[in-house]
Amino acid sequence: MTATETREAAPVSAAPRNVRKRLVPYWLLLPGILWLLVFFVAPLVYQASTSVQTGSLEEGFRVTWHVQTYWDALTEYTPQFLRSVLYAATATVLCLLLGYPLAYLIAFRAGRWRNLLMVLVIAPFFTSFLIRTLAWKTILADGGPVVGVLNSLHILDVTSGLGITEGQRVLATPLAVVCGLTYNFLPFMILPLYTSLERIDGRLHEAARDLYARPVTVFRKVTFPLSMPGVVAGTLLTFIPAAGDYINAELLGSTDQKMIGNVIQSQFLRVLDYPTAAALSFLLMAAILAMVTVYIRKAGTEDLV
Amino acid sequence: MDLIRWIRRNLVILAGLATLAYLILPNVIVLVFSFNKPNGRFNYAWQRFSTDAWTDPCGVPDLCGSLSLSLQLAVWATLGATVLGTMIAFALARYRFRARPAVNSLIFLPMAMPEVVMAASLATLFLNMGVGFGFWTILIAHIMFCLSFVVTAVKARVMSMDPRLEQAAQDLYASPAQTFLRVTLPIAAPGIAAGALLSFALSFDDFIITNFNAGSTVTFPMFVWGSAQRGTPVQINVIGTAMFAVAVLCVLAGQLAGARRKRS
Repeated sequence: MTATETREAAPVSAAPRNVRKRLVPYWLLLPGILWLLVFFVAPLVYQASTSVQTGSLEEGFRVTWHVQTYWDALTEYTPQFLRSVLYAATATVLCLLLGYPLAYLIAFRAGRWRNLLMVLVIAPFFTSFLIRTLAWKTILADGGPVVGVLNSLHILDVTSGLGITEGQRVLATPLAVVCGLTYNFLPFMILPLYTSLERIDGRLHEAARDLYARPVTVFRKVTFPLSMPGVVAGTLLTFIPAAGDYINAELLGSTDQKMIGNVIQSQFLRVLDYPTAAALSFLLMAAILAMVTVYIRKAGTEDLV
Repeated sequence: MDLIRWIRRNLVILAGLATLAYLILPNVIVLVFSFNKPNGRFNYAWQRFSTDAWTDPCGVPDLCGSLSLSLQLAVWATLGATVLGTMIAFALARYRFRARPAVNSLIFLPMAMPEVVMAASLATLFLNMGVGFGFWTILIAHIMFCLSFVVTAVKARVMSMDPRLEQAAQDLYASPAQTFLRVTLPIAAPGIAAGALLSFALSFDDFIITNFNAGSTVTFPMFVWGSAQRGTPVQINVIGTAMFAVAVLCVLAGQLAGARRKRS
């Protein structure tokens, strides 16, 4: 196409061209948004209707506005709900405590090792996470080195007293499940933390030090407040998937560590009680949305979306 | 005293490296145990050194079939999500229109929802529609949850682009098509590539959504999940280690190429 052609093509009748131009974004959106509406929004609506249905697999399910399902599900699975929130919250706090130093190290102290460290943080992702979670079975095995060390330091006695472990075991206890959750979602904490730490202007640190702030004060008054967007994003990216996870509880825990995800999975895939599975999903979604909303308000960063 | 002072000065480095060790340790275990010859069906305790699994990676029935299925799914899901997601990203980054806030929240929601909720609701839809579970239901689900990640990656890149570059191209008499292909697309390419890579990794490694929407179709993560109940073959460690090695080599090659380009 030559330049003159395009120039001549420009001043055609303006009105239809304007309309067409205004429609461009909608044409671009159409296929993707349609996909999300059909396969993401419609299923949620379907599930809402399923949650108030009654019936059996043989006779089929019908909408009877049986809201009782919600109440039954909530009362029967209260322990699993509380456990999910507790485990996910503990794992999130641990991820923050473990992930912050590493993100800080990569952002400020790594120098020419920065790229290598980033690769080391991301690389484990490429081994299927189920295989890596199974590796924890080896690491925490009964009579293995980890259990041996914890035992000889009498740490297991203390944790057993607290109900976090059981006797001489770590596997099949809350400790193992939280350890697996923390491990699995740690990169989701480190990456946003690193992104927000890396943006901090180094001169702000210098200025704080010039004004005789001690290292702890610099961190408390300058670094940490400026990394808040990363902290908020990281905690959400850790907490939300951890609360719905059932893989760690299944592989590293016992029946006493089942989380709400395990219940939904078995209700849906084994018991085939679709209304209960749907009601539980909605309760989980509502609980998480409520907690996230409160948290974002508290953290004061509403421009996250 | 000196030691204590040294530890205090380097506390951040030590804590960071400890976290890194925690992150890497399972990969080391996977590597070491790919050379194990276990007694019995489970590969959790060390017995003796052997290269059997490495010389016969497909020696377990269904393992390599599930692997190739997962790779196919990942390729198609990446392709679908990247095309649809890039289009949405351009619409959001370049145009002002009334539905914009609604579209933004629709993109954000799938990322802020526990996977198990999306998985169960999509499976409910398929069940009600009488759609048979299999390759296509998994592919539909994977494109659905990869889409948002592509949009986010591409949108960030297009938003940070200098609009004057496109104006300059048009001032130099480039047609809209030429401007798009020669200027816009090359600048957006890293964002598109990042979104595509993320989609591939997410789709290949997805378990929860696949678990609900696969029926009796077995992807690689589903195979590993099943093996945790039936007995873990050493070969899954071989494949895990090989995937890790390929990924690290790709990243290193990319960085070398980048460094060389910078020098020349």
